[in-house]
Parts: sequence; C-alpha cells; structure tokens
Amino acid sequence: MTHPDSAARDTAAADGQTEQRSRSRESRPANGEVQPAVDHGASEPQSAGGRPERQGQSGGKPVSFNNEVDHERLSMTVTDLDLWYGDYQALKSLDIEIYSNTVTALIGPSGCGKSTFLRCLNRMNDLIPSARIEGRIEMDGRNVNAREMDVVALRRRVGMVFQNPNPFPKTIFENVAYAPRMHDIVSSRRDQEELVEQALRDAGLWDEVKDKLDQPGTSLSGGQQQRLCIARAIALRPDVILMDEPTSALDPISTAIIEDLMVRLRKDFTIVVVTHNMQQAARVADYTAFFHLGEIIEYNDTATLFETPATTKAEDYITGRYG
Amino acid sequence: MNTTTTSLYRRRKRLNQLVMAACLVATGIGFLFLFAILFTLVSKGVGSISLSIFTERTRMTGGGLGNAIWGTLVMTCVATVIGTIVGVAAGTWLAEYGGKRKMAKVIRFINDVLLSAPSIIVGLFIYAVVVVPMGNFSAWAGVLSLTVIIVPVVIRSTEDMMQLIPNSLREAAAALGAHRWWIIVRVCYSGARAGIMTGILLGFARISGETAPLLFTSLNSNQWNFFQLNNEMANLPMTIYQNMTINSFIPDLVSLAWAGALILTAAILILNIAARYFSRQRS
Ligand SMILES: Nc1ncnc2c1ncn2[C@@H]1O[C@H](COP(=O)(O)OP(=O)(O)O)[C@@H](O)[C@H]1O
Ligand SMILES: [Mg+2]
Repeated sequence: MTHPDSAARDTAAADGQTEQRSRSRESRPANGEVQPAVDHGASEPQSAGGRPERQGQSGGKPVSFNNEVDHERLSMTVTDLDLWYGDYQALKSLDIEIYSNTVTALIGPSGCGKSTFLRCLNRMNDLIPSARIEGRIEMDGRNVNAREMDVVALRRRVGMVFQNPNPFPKTIFENVAYAPRMHDIVSSRRDQEELVEQALRDAGLWDEVKDKLDQPGTSLSGGQQQRLCIARAIALRPDVILMDEPTSALDPISTAIIEDLMVRLRKDFTIVVVTHNMQQAARVADYTAFFHLGEIIEYNDTATLFETPATTKAEDYITGRYG
Repeated sequence: MNTTTTSLYRRRKRLNQLVMAACLVATGIGFLFLFAILFTLVSKGVGSISLSIFTERTRMTGGGLGNAIWGTLVMTCVATVIGTIVGVAAGTWLAEYGGKRKMAKVIRFINDVLLSAPSIIVGLFIYAVVVVPMGNFSAWAGVLSLTVIIVPVVIRSTEDMMQLIPNSLREAAAALGAHRWWIIVRVCYSGARAGIMTGILLGFARISGETAPLLFTSLNSNQWNFFQLNNEMANLPMTIYQNMTINSFIPDLVSLAWAGALILTAAILILNIAARYFSRQRS
C-alpha cells in the first residue's frame, strides 16, 4: 500500500510504523545516483545490490557497517568515539559510518546522547568546558577530532540546524548573506544577491520571502524561520548538514515541508538528522542509527532497521513499547 | 458554590483596587518630590542664568560658571572614556569567559561592593594613593576617582546585557564557523549595544554630579583650566558646595550656586531621558 504523503503521515502517526515499513529504497539505484525521493513505493525493502547488510547481534554491542560500500562514498567515519561530561560518560565507544548524499537519522530515547554525538561532528562540544572527547572522526582522511583541526574550516563544511529556529535578529537577506560574507566568499552586492536567492530557493523559501528580504528574519513563522536557518547553513555550501530535531518545535505542515526539503537536499548534501519521531525517520532517512544510553545499539538502512530490528531494545523502542 | 466564587472574586477585586490606589499614591509622592526639587531650582536659579554664566569664570564676587562647567565636562568625559574601555572589557570577560569560575565570582563580588561603596571613601583612597605621593591636587586624581565610580556601573550593565543575548545566537554563529571574537563583536555587542550605551549614559550622569570624590582630588579653582590635567580643576558640584557654604555671605555667589544646581540637574535629567530613549530602541 502506498502512502502519498500527508494522508499516510496521519495514519502512520496514528497506528505506529506499519505504514512506513514499506518505504522502498528503489529510488536510489546501486550506482549511487540519487533521484528526487518521491518514492513511497510499495515494494519490499531490498538489502541486495551491495547495500550494507545488518551486522547486529542482540547483545547490545555497538554495531557498524563493515560491508563493502563500493557504490557509496563515505562522508564521515567515526571510530571508537567516547565523550565525557565531567565524570559522566555520555558517549561510549561509538562506531558509525556516514555516507555521502544520504539522510542518516539518529533515533533513541531522550538523553541517550543523540545531540551530543551530533555536536561532535562539527566540534560544537568545544563550547562546553566540561566535555572531553576521545576517538576518531574521519572526514576526507583527516581527523575532525584532532586538536590541530581548524574548527572554523570544519564548521564551514559541516553546517548545523538547531531544534529551535534561531535566525539572527537581522533581515532575511542578512541572515543568509551573513556567513558567506563573514568568510569572504562573496563581497559585491550582486554576488550576495545571487547567493542569497540560490540558498533561499534551495531551502524552498524563496517564493514566500522574495518580496520582503529586508524584513527581520524573526518576523517569519516558525517553519519559515527554520527554513531560513537551513538556507543560512546551505549558503556556505557545506558537505554535511547536521539537524538536531529540526521539526520538533514546528506544526505538522511545516514539518512536512521540511521533511520534503531534507529528502530533496540530499542530492547536494549529506544530512544527519536527530529525530524523536520514528515516522519521520522512516519517511526521510536512508539509514538509521538507534542510540541507547550513549551507545549505538543498531545501525542499518532504515527499512531493515524498522522492519526487522536485530536487537530487542531497538524493536521495543520502534514498536513504542519503551522510550 | 456560586456565591463563594463571587465573594472570592469580589474580595480579589477590592484588594486589586486597594493595591492600585497605594501604587498611585506612591507614584504621586515620587512626582511631588521631583517637581518640588525642579520648582525650587527653577525659581531660585533661572533668574541668574544668562550667556555670561557659561562664558565667564567664577570670581570672588560673582562672575560665571564657565570654568566649572568646562572642568566637570572634561573630567566626566575622560573618566567615562576610560571607564567604558575598562568596564566593557571586564564585563565582556565576565559574561563570555568568566562563567562560573572562581575568579569571575570574586570579581563580581568586588564589583558589587564597589558599586555601593560610598563615594567619599573612593575620594579618600585616591587622595592617599595619588594626591599625597604626587604632592598636589590634580584633575587626573579627580578623573581617577570618577573612573573608580563609573567602572563598576559599566561592568555590571555590560555583563547583564551580554547575558541577555540568547546562547542560541552564539551557537548559530559558531556553527557557521564564526571565531569567538567575531561572535562577541558582531553578535553580542550588536545585540547588547543599546543596553550598554544606556549603562554608560547613566554612569556618566551619576559621576557628573559627584562631589565627594572631587573634594580630595581635583579640588576646585576660580581659574580657567582647559587641558592641564596635572593641576587643580574647577567643577560644578564643588562650586555649588563652596558657594553655598563658605561663601554663603556673598549673595552673587549663592545665586550662581542655584544656577549651577539647575544646570546640573537639567543635564542629568536630559541624560536620563536619553538613556531611556536608548533602552527603548532595543525593544
Ligand atoms: N552540557 C552538558 N553537561 C553535562 N551533561 C550533559 C550536557 N549535555 C547533555 N548532557 C547529558 O548527556 C546525556 C546525553 O544528552 P543529549 O545528547 O542531549 O541526549 P539526546 O539528544 O539524545 O536527548 C544526557 O544524560 C544529558 O543529561
Ligand atoms: Mg537532543
């Protein structure tokens, strides 16, 4: 049974994940080319075609893909990542590989370290004095986590969108032009205008704001503000965009728009999204990692994880028995 | 049940009216004093206000207040400039770097003490550490004691205003690859500017009327002193004080004092209104 968007969204929200299980991955052919994901096909999920096979045992051990990923380009590879807040260990020996031009969802109960992990990927935890991080996060052969890593350069390549929309108290135009100007990517007014328009178009906001670019970004609705924040992030043309529960403060319609946006954006960007909403993960994510108490219990392509979770913890969480 | 809720409602309404009335009375008393002060100052001082009061120096009998107004302006401005640089830097450190560190807590405590320190103690301190070793009263000493008074005001308002900037904005900028200094200057200052300006203006108004710290430091004089900060410098509060006390037998000087008091009060009133205007602009 197919679920063209909103109708299915509602039923799915009502009766659990059964609707979502049929999320097909056929729209992403094995040659790595990504088509606009309007695929809500009805076929069974296929783990053939070189797609990474699940490796989880139900022992609660961290799981990672070790299969051949010939058709997928790796964006970030995390090995043995530990994080402590003071004496409290919030992340325990994480291993995960993030693939380019995919949407990867991080799910799990509250407080299990999803945000903490996400913030490791662009070193935002540097801002927290008590945080101590060990392990390796490799991106293009370099360790993001290394002391000598240029954090500014890193954050140009790894953008972030926060749970609560946080546009600067400036005009819509300024919000988008802000970072490119800060990094001296553009200077002339014309270049700025071009770049702002492109970013706003990519974020699906252009038509709504093109006549009021000089109005404050904070005057927009919550959903528009969040898309403005996405535009602000993609104006830098990063490789990776991290999103921490980007829709949890938004209404259902805005949520649907941003979900579509995520699926569209993976053509150009790698997206890692934390979500509380399992239907959302099922709808937008190619891969999903299940976090529990600071560990990655299970990581697999979304359809497999949701249909045949290997661990009881993941199964319980997904079926709503706990979380 | 209906009757009890109505009676409860009535009781609340009566209480509300009572409190409102009390507030009105309190406000009325406040206004009464303000207008009484203004009325006294205007009725006694406006008669002797003329152009010459701004252009002539104080003499043994009469003259003007030009040198005192100038002296107050110079010392207040120099102290405000130094106080702004020191105070904004310290306030920024407290808000952005200090956090919960022990050092920051100590500084905050000392700052609170300074904020409420009697100004005559400040004057006495500068007298002991600057005037006595240097061997003479000087405008620099006056500037220093005024600086000691304005710095805590600026530190406090800077820190408070910086802390009003939501952390989410700092994070947003950091996530876009902004350096720390960029975040402070372009995100925090640009948001806190109005509040910090307000604090500086209020501090300026406060020190422009301070008498006690100048008593032992810049002293006062009858002469014009434009930029000789190593010498004594005339100033309005001291002139008012001297004319009203030791010189009170000379009617010309007494009316000069009233005029000076009016000018000072008007200036402070205007500064306060300007400060209000600035803080309005923020929201
Ligand atoms: N700044 C911090 N200082 C100390 N502990 C923190 C901090 N941030 C998060 N934690 C703790 O780390 C754990 C993981 O938090 P978080 O990553 O925010 O979880 P999630 O996003 O999955 O809900 C929680 O137990 C939380 O209390
Ligand atoms: Mg979180």
